Amino acid sequence: MSDGSIHALPGTGEGVGYSHPLDPDRVDTRHGPILYLDDITVSFDGFKALNALSLTIERGELRCIIGPNGAGKTTMMDVITGKTRPDAGTAFFGQTFDLTRLPETEIARLGIGRKFQKPTVFESHTVFENLELAMKTDKRVRPTLFARLSSGQRELIARTLQTIRLAGSEHRLAGSLSHGQKQWLEIGMLLMQEPELILLDEPVAGMTDAETARTAELILELAGTHSVVVVEHDMDFVGKIARTVTVLHEGSVLAEGSMSAVQADERVIEVYLGR
Amino acid sequence: MTRLFSPRAWTAIFAVAAVLVVVLPALHLALPESHPMHVSSFWITLLGKFMCYAVVALAMDLIWGYTGILSLGQGLFFALGGYAFGMYLMRQIGRDGVYKSDLPDFMVFLDWKELPWYWAGTDSFLWAAVLVVAVPGLLALAFGFFAFRSRIKGVYFSIITQALTYAAMLAFFRNDMGFGGNNGFTDFKRILGLPITSPEMRTALYVLSGLYLLGALVFARWIVTSKMGRVLTAIRDQESRLMFLGYRTRSYKLVIWTIAAAMSGIAGALYVPQVGIINPSEMSPANSIEIAIWAAVGGRGTLVGPILGAFAVNGAKTWFTVAYPELWLYFLGLLFVLVTLLLPRGLAGLAGTVLRRLPGRTAAKPATAPVAHEANP
Repeated sequence: MSDGSIHALPGTGEGVGYSHPLDPDRVDTRHGPILYLDDITVSFDGFKALNALSLTIERGELRCIIGPNGAGKTTMMDVITGKTRPDAGTAFFGQTFDLTRLPETEIARLGIGRKFQKPTVFESHTVFENLELAMKTDKRVRPTLFARLSSGQRELIARTLQTIRLAGSEHRLAGSLSHGQKQWLEIGMLLMQEPELILLDEPVAGMTDAETARTAELILELAGTHSVVVVEHDMDFVGKIARTVTVLHEGSVLAEGSMSAVQADERVIEVYLGR
Repeated sequence: MTRLFSPRAWTAIFAVAAVLVVVLPALHLALPESHPMHVSSFWITLLGKFMCYAVVALAMDLIWGYTGILSLGQGLFFALGGYAFGMYLMRQIGRDGVYKSDLPDFMVFLDWKELPWYWAGTDSFLWAAVLVVAVPGLLALAFGFFAFRSRIKGVYFSIITQALTYAAMLAFFRNDMGFGGNNGFTDFKRILGLPITSPEMRTALYVLSGLYLLGALVFARWIVTSKMGRVLTAIRDQESRLMFLGYRTRSYKLVIWTIAAAMSGIAGALYVPQVGIINPSEMSPANSIEIAIWAAVGGRGTLVGPILGAFAVNGAKTWFTVAYPELWLYFLGLLFVLVTLLLPRGLAGLAGTVLRRLPGRTAAKPATAPVAHEANP
């Protein structure tokens, strides 16, 4: 995406690939994962929603998280985005950003984008305007009042429209889109914020089979250029996109591995598949 | 991208503006009163008044129609602008008042010996002009800062603004406030040393009001077609989503709220010399509710609609309060209910529908300003 504004000093031997040692605002993943959760515990009135949860996500990884209801999937997302503060444990974004301390808006600005279950797009704005509003740029009042789209920004919007399969629909009102298209638009709005890490909460809930298949393609496209965490109930869908699957149960990790390895795991079969 | 008015609409707007600010004043000044084409001073004053109201309706559209903030205290800012300019007009009376004093008559009557401190400098036109913008603007800024910071929204915000204008009215009724109590300011004589009742002055104020309305429309259109305008409508529809995208929505609300207050204040300042009086009844809660009705009748989120609404409702009011004065409030209430139920996009929406259905016309693009669904009172 819009890499390249910041480069390492020439000749330092660094700055290769995706490291940005000069910018304190960029996530630093030179020596480790993009997301690091260790021993996270969250309790609500004595109920442990998360119980010593540990999880790491590498840069560029596509990770699927599954688990029965109440396993702590949404609470985990809340901890990562700063919505919920853990009672104990550490959560780091890259090497430097402590997610247990940063405010929600700051975490979003640093590059963790989250898509909620229910799509919330601006229904009386066009698809294009939705993407424009979401674009990563100076969002204070005066710059917004005088804002003009640069050709680079127009191109970014055009590319995002391609990615989310809404090219040609940019002048439609978002309210007139189908449920599946709204979900894609929502993902597009996430992409416009140029996130480093994308969290998708049940991206195919309520979608038709055709829409689900296209969403799988879309997510596979994103992986590699982005680090993606998908929380999903739909096992067929997870089977289609999964590389590494993490199974949560009662607030901690029950199993982790490839889809087939996880599906063969005795404990997973017992708690998740309910046998 | 979003084109609010088509070229044809602009042509219509400028044609109407030309008739209002060039043709009518010319007919008023150039023709003798006996001439059948003569436009009487009654009409000039009436339309001048309406144009001031129309700016307030336009300001209301910015905050309510576009941003979803229903202010039921917009009349307060209008009245404060009027009072600020009224202070200057009182000073311009000089020693021509009933008591032949340097002090305004009501102060002599209260046996005051000197001007209160806040009247300092009000003999200067420029300072008065500053006050006209600054007083409503700063009050709105301070009030909005606390209200938006406390995340006061929807009907709660409306009620507080209503209480604010009511409280101000009670305060201005008091003689010790130094604003003439329930009589307010009247018996103005001059502006910039020139007699205020001369046809030339009347026409000048009228033309200024017309140009101000046109300027306000162009300014408001510039705001709503900018990216900021899209942020404002997004605040109206999904504020929390916008915050999640990283916008500090309360700064946006504060800016547009303050702009609307200052716009209304200037309108009040143009209004007072034309009607020749300002008193606390301008701050009555009913006045502010009427302003909201102008915007709703005209069509929220259309800019032109609220202007039409201000003219239509006040035109009806002028006729009704002469013909059936006791029925006016019932009619106003009925009008509001009918428009809300049958014409959610107001007169502007109706006009758009009619225009599109006319045979032989290529459908003019509907303005992409949708109805504020959630902002219903």
